[in-house]
Amino acid sequence: MAKQHKAVALISGGLDSLLAAKVILDQGVHVEGINFYTGFCVEGHTHAIRQKDKSKPKRNNALWVAEELGIKLHIVDVVEEYKDVLVNPKHGYGANMNPCLDCKGFMVKKALQWIKENDFDFIITGEVIGQRPMSQRKSTMPIIARESGADDLLLRPLCAKFLPETKPEKEGWVKREELLDISGRSRKPQMALANQFGFVDYAQPAGGCCFLTDKKYSDRLVDLWETRNDKNYELDDVMMLKVGRHLRPKPHFKMIIGREEGENKFMEGYRKQFVHLRASSCMGPLVLIDGELAAEDEALAAQITARFSQGRDENSVVVELTDKTGVAKLIAVKPLAENGILEEWRI
Amino acid sequence: MSKHQLDARRLLCPMPVIRTQDKVKTLSPGDILEVTCTDPGVLSDIPAWSRINGHEYLGHTENHDEIVVTVKVGG
Repeated sequence: MAKQHKAVALISGGLDSLLAAKVILDQGVHVEGINFYTGFCVEGHTHAIRQKDKSKPKRNNALWVAEELGIKLHIVDVVEEYKDVLVNPKHGYGANMNPCLDCKGFMVKKALQWIKENDFDFIITGEVIGQRPMSQRKSTMPIIARESGADDLLLRPLCAKFLPETKPEKEGWVKREELLDISGRSRKPQMALANQFGFVDYAQPAGGCCFLTDKKYSDRLVDLWETRNDKNYELDDVMMLKVGRHLRPKPHFKMIIGREEGENKFMEGYRKQFVHLRASSCMGPLVLIDGELAAEDEALAAQITARFSQGRDENSVVVELTDKTGVAKLIAVKPLAENGILEEWRI
Repeated sequence: MSKHQLDARRLLCPMPVIRTQDKVKTLSPGDILEVTCTDPGVLSDIPAWSRINGHEYLGHTENHDEIVVTVKVGG
């Protein structure tokens, strides 16, 4: 009996990686999925934090894809290793802080390491030529294969016919004629294929599966790096950039203001790490201070906190300010006027 | 068969799933793992992860904002 070859599929949770894995599974190859968690994945977090999303059914799309395919999924925490990819991308950033080309090379390299450790034969991805402006171009695909070290062990089933033969094709582990020739930004070929395979309810997140492709998120990240004068970050920093309204009234401190109950609740878990404020004479959001709040800044921070409370139209609101040691004091202030929140404060 | 606990409070998905996955790798078939979480996403993700990877999801309990999910390690 011929050996059944084994492939690991990079599963993001989107449609392309689902289809790529399905094409190879249908050729009789044993496929397992691998999903890398960088800390910037859109999956789950925002839904978990924001109250307004809680009526939506939650699911992790990578797990959903694996279940649809009937394959195992290995989720790998690469948060620490990913820092170097984000901070020092050899190929630079895309439209925002997305280091897509370095990111893909990093993930393929990690997958290569995984197949060696687990006695698998090759790697598949859902890449499509022309799908993404930075990482998915005909000229960049060989770069990913070469710099990851995967070379001809990297197979892109959805656009393989446009690319040189890989080892799985040369060795007859997969039939090249049954691979595909999809290219371009249109999603129609993938949607038709999904329909043919009977996949419905698949995820198609606008802008992909990474927060780093989002302008607002990227602006917050750059602000964090610039004001700390250090590009290092912790997972908690990355999480906090996803939450709340961010205002920087002075260069040395930023205010993170909960926008609704879900965010306030999430931020509660972090409040002991931050100087924090909250209106005590009326309802209002939790406000965390990132940076150093000098004594002369306290009144302004309290006025801003009052502005976002239900007492915004009152003459006076009492705000409780708690330092990192847990010592609290009350400050009575007149809420800042609506036009007092300057546009340049918003991040 | 032995019973184990894992604290995944304050972690957002997929971290509780990753922690569960890594802990299960150190356990034996038939062992029971109770994971305490605060992200309600685990109610979808840990059952799905269990089904995919051949483990048995035994259910969950909720106490205020904490959720305890129980998984029986597969063979």
